[in-house]
Amino acid sequence: MPHDHHAPLSPSDHPYRDDDDTSLTYWQTMEIAVRELLIEKGYLSATQIQEQINTMDERSPANGAALVAKAWTDPTFKKSLINDAGEASRNMGFDIGPMHLIALENSETVHNVIVCTLCSCYPRNLLGLPPDWYKSRAYRSRTVIEPRKVLAEFGLELGEEIQVRVHDSTADMRYIVVPAQPKESIGLSENELKDWVTRDSMIGVGLPRSPI
Amino acid sequence: MKVRVLYQWPPGHVRTPAYLRGKVGIIERRIGEFKNPEQNAYRAKPDQSHLIRVRFKMKEVWGDNAERPDDFIEAEIYEHWLEPYDAT
Amino acid sequence: MTRFFGKRWHDMGGSPAGNIDREQHDFALWEKRVDALMVLSSSAGLMNTDSLRRVLEDMGEDAYEKMSYYERWIASIGQNMIEAGAFSTQELAEKMEVIKARGVTYGDAS
Repeated sequence: MPHDHHAPLSPSDHPYRDDDDTSLTYWQTMEIAVRELLIEKGYLSATQIQEQINTMDERSPANGAALVAKAWTDPTFKKSLINDAGEASRNMGFDIGPMHLIALENSETVHNVIVCTLCSCYPRNLLGLPPDWYKSRAYRSRTVIEPRKVLAEFGLELGEEIQVRVHDSTADMRYIVVPAQPKESIGLSENELKDWVTRDSMIGVGLPRSPI
Repeated sequence: MKVRVLYQWPPGHVRTPAYLRGKVGIIERRIGEFKNPEQNAYRAKPDQSHLIRVRFKMKEVWGDNAERPDDFIEAEIYEHWLEPYDAT
Repeated sequence: MTRFFGKRWHDMGGSPAGNIDREQHDFALWEKRVDALMVLSSSAGLMNTDSLRRVLEDMGEDAYEKMSYYERWIASIGQNMIEAGAFSTQELAEKMEVIKARGVTYGDAS
């Protein structure tokens, strides 16, 4: 059914790509067909699809940043986050669905980094969809064999005193790194600290940094 | 506890990466039971299988090619892919 | 003595690869719909993450190189729905013909 609609903005406040104005592809045709058949047969509704898209759009690295900032300022919460990150996230009010989450704490001697060598598993129910590079052959192949070279490509040079721990999301668990709090941020409020926590620092390919 | 990942190559969908097969690690934690993906992927009624996080040293996984021998790799491995390992 | 016979194409850990390209694209509406279809058809019991991946893996390396991420996903979801009996291949083919006749752009046809 042809109709006019104004595409909503993406989570990064950019318009979606202009697929509406380019030639319909075979796979786009299949998407429409599968969607309409499932609706016609009563397996799901158009409203459910839109609501699911809205839910995914609302998920972003800001959710994880809130968890990390709270962990930095509240030792009891940090303990519960490390103990059961899924439950701690739900207690913070994040709807992460059935996702099983493990939080990995960085320290002065340990640096954690997350990868999925078999596909592209990512804590999407908390942080939103993964960046494109996370799904790339290069990241998936190399991170388990040369993590230090990979991290250096991201601008993160780790000293010899730091042990790297690579976590391959091979099955049902999803991971979030709790980066170490930068010394220069100590004393800031939980709310201020949220802006220091980057997506990449929660994957383990970056460090928190001053928002200014 | 030390465990060894089975060195086997079944066709089809499995969640044990090739680079860890035959490698020895220690149990980092036991996570709980999940549907066996090797059955679930094919619409067979899945058994519940214990999922275990295993910690490997880079040297064990990559030998002399390890970037740094005492860095770690940790992965989730289903119990039916693990056997007890006794070095003696 | 590492013998990687039996290692399948998607099982990438440790394989040689080049630099990491960090270019990012925003998801198109049709891609978000594919993602939503995966989540909702799984909740409806028609498929699961393992069956999604089984089909993706069986599509082979050529599909990985030539198709985009969500193109591969909709191919897998379509096959999963047929396997689940949600609709037949014939119904899918007929529906796709109807959709193609609606117009030349995604906006016209959806």
